[in-house]
Amino acid sequence: MNHWIVAPIVLPAILAPFIIMVLRYHLDLQRIFSVAGVVGLLGIALTITAQATTGEIQVYELGDWPAPFGIVLVLDRMSAMMVLLTALLALPIVLYAIGSGWDDRGKHFHALFHFQLMGVCGAFLTGDAFNLFVFFEVLLIASYGLMTHGGGAVRLKAGVQYVTYNLLGSTLFLFALGTIYAVTGTLNMADLAVRVAEIPPEDTALLRVGAVLLLLVFCIKAAVLPLHFWLPASYANAPLPVAALFAIMTKVGAYSILRVYTLVFGPDVAATEGLVGAWLQPAALVTLAVGTVGILGSQHIARMVAFCAITSMGTLLIAISLFSEVAAAAALYYVFHSTLATALLFLVADMVMERRGGAISPTAPMPQTGLISALFFVGAIAMAGMPPLSGFIGKLLVLDASRGAPDANAVWAVILIGSFVTIVGLARAGTLIFWKCHDVQAIPPTEPDSEEEPVATAIAPEPHAALAFTSVFGAVLGLVLLTLFAGPALQYTSKTAEQLFTPDNYISAVLGREE
Amino acid sequence: MEALVASAVGVMTAAGIFLILRRRTFPVILGLSLITYAVNVFLFATGRLALDAPAVLNKYEDVPYTDPLPQALVLTAIVISFGMTAVIVMIALSAYLSSKDDHIDMSASDSVDAPGEDA
Repeated sequence: MNHWIVAPIVLPAILAPFIIMVLRYHLDLQRIFSVAGVVGLLGIALTITAQATTGEIQVYELGDWPAPFGIVLVLDRMSAMMVLLTALLALPIVLYAIGSGWDDRGKHFHALFHFQLMGVCGAFLTGDAFNLFVFFEVLLIASYGLMTHGGGAVRLKAGVQYVTYNLLGSTLFLFALGTIYAVTGTLNMADLAVRVAEIPPEDTALLRVGAVLLLLVFCIKAAVLPLHFWLPASYANAPLPVAALFAIMTKVGAYSILRVYTLVFGPDVAATEGLVGAWLQPAALVTLAVGTVGILGSQHIARMVAFCAITSMGTLLIAISLFSEVAAAAALYYVFHSTLATALLFLVADMVMERRGGAISPTAPMPQTGLISALFFVGAIAMAGMPPLSGFIGKLLVLDASRGAPDANAVWAVILIGSFVTIVGLARAGTLIFWKCHDVQAIPPTEPDSEEEPVATAIAPEPHAALAFTSVFGAVLGLVLLTLFAGPALQYTSKTAEQLFTPDNYISAVLGREE
Repeated sequence: MEALVASAVGVMTAAGIFLILRRRTFPVILGLSLITYAVNVFLFATGRLALDAPAVLNKYEDVPYTDPLPQALVLTAIVISFGMTAVIVMIALSAYLSSKDDHIDMSASDSVDAPGEDA
């Protein structure tokens, strides 16, 4: 067995308790170990991605129990790619958290950060539906801690809402898994695929209920309308580096949709034929539309970026809901781009909020306006999908993939008009925050109740501003590389999509092992 | 017995949803607990209900047995939901203590850049 497969879970699982128990009172050591851990995770992710490019699907049996009875981890092109994305995202964020001093504003940032990475990597690698639930919980528990990191009345209140919503989602997940288990008698995904295909069509009423419940759960995680209400409030009130890390959490939902509804309830399974795409596509279109309206209407930069995250999920799920090979390849490319772009915008938003507060209105100039506004400009271009960055290529691929689809007109209209409104919204925010600020005379004097001390402007300078900027430029570099090497990246995602839509290889790799 | 278990799950879920729609954190947390109880009983029943049957196969004689897997799943679910409830109680308590208000919704003054947010 190839032990590299379990390494992305084991490394953070060991590192996080180590940080809590041994390095509890040594922030510098915590930082060193945390960065080293993320670099190590990146190395592991590169290794397993290199192994997955051979196209062979590798299976890791935990405890050496054979597949339908024990829990398996499965390494294929998609899971390797998502683990790599997680590691690539984690590196600039952990550096930024150190550089901006965010990890010093509460306890246990680095430990929770690694627990979160463990949950995300585990969710990407597991081949068992109940184990997927467990890893969802691991990443959620860590995210509750990260979300309320630093404290404060408003953040804690937003935290209560976030935890409540996700607890309900977890309960729904258990109901879905229970229903599916009651019908099929298994929770191993490959085994489920076999059993679901064998069930006679007249007995599938309960199974369809389970499939739709499961879709609802993944839609909650992916913030699909009308289940997106948790996202703006919790992302905007979380510490923004943490919100940047949460960019991968919505992608876990999208990944699960893509995995389960190609493997288990695939497009050619009679029981759920046309059920998922028919519901998901309109929801994704509305998600994109409402997200752009949210960008236009936001009064606060963090909220605006949160709505940017919603629009990017909308575009992504439009591509996924087409359930074709070309569209899945486009979706996987777009996952990479949108995760990096969302994280970049959240980090830039944090820089803005630290210096002048987050309100989208003219204020006095802030330090380093030029550099930060340039970064915001790059992030906005990437997010809106304008050339020359990878957002343009990603949206082009999605549009191209939807050409033959029955609802192509609606998809094109929503994506193109949505992109336009996004450009307008981001341009409005950029103008108000970065340009108008120099016109000090134009600012109306603050209201008479100015005996309130100016909290936002009195924040101490960052401990390592250079490190913070370097990490944000690292995210920009990721986007540039993704644009320059769009060809090879697309080749990889096309082969990934091909692997996704031939689930027989996955099933025989998991179940048909003769050892 | 099936009717009893099914109605227990149904009633607990309904009561839980009713409580979750309340406006203060304490009833909401109670509602969440009720729903997790309901889902635990539901998971337990997914292996079919069997009375007085062991959860192991007997290789010497053909006796009824109950499906052990849902019991393992329920155990996991109980541990997770118990931990989660503890977490949400702590977060809700600190939210209450820091804002002197246990309403679950954010009031209009709770904008993201309210003073003291980064404290």
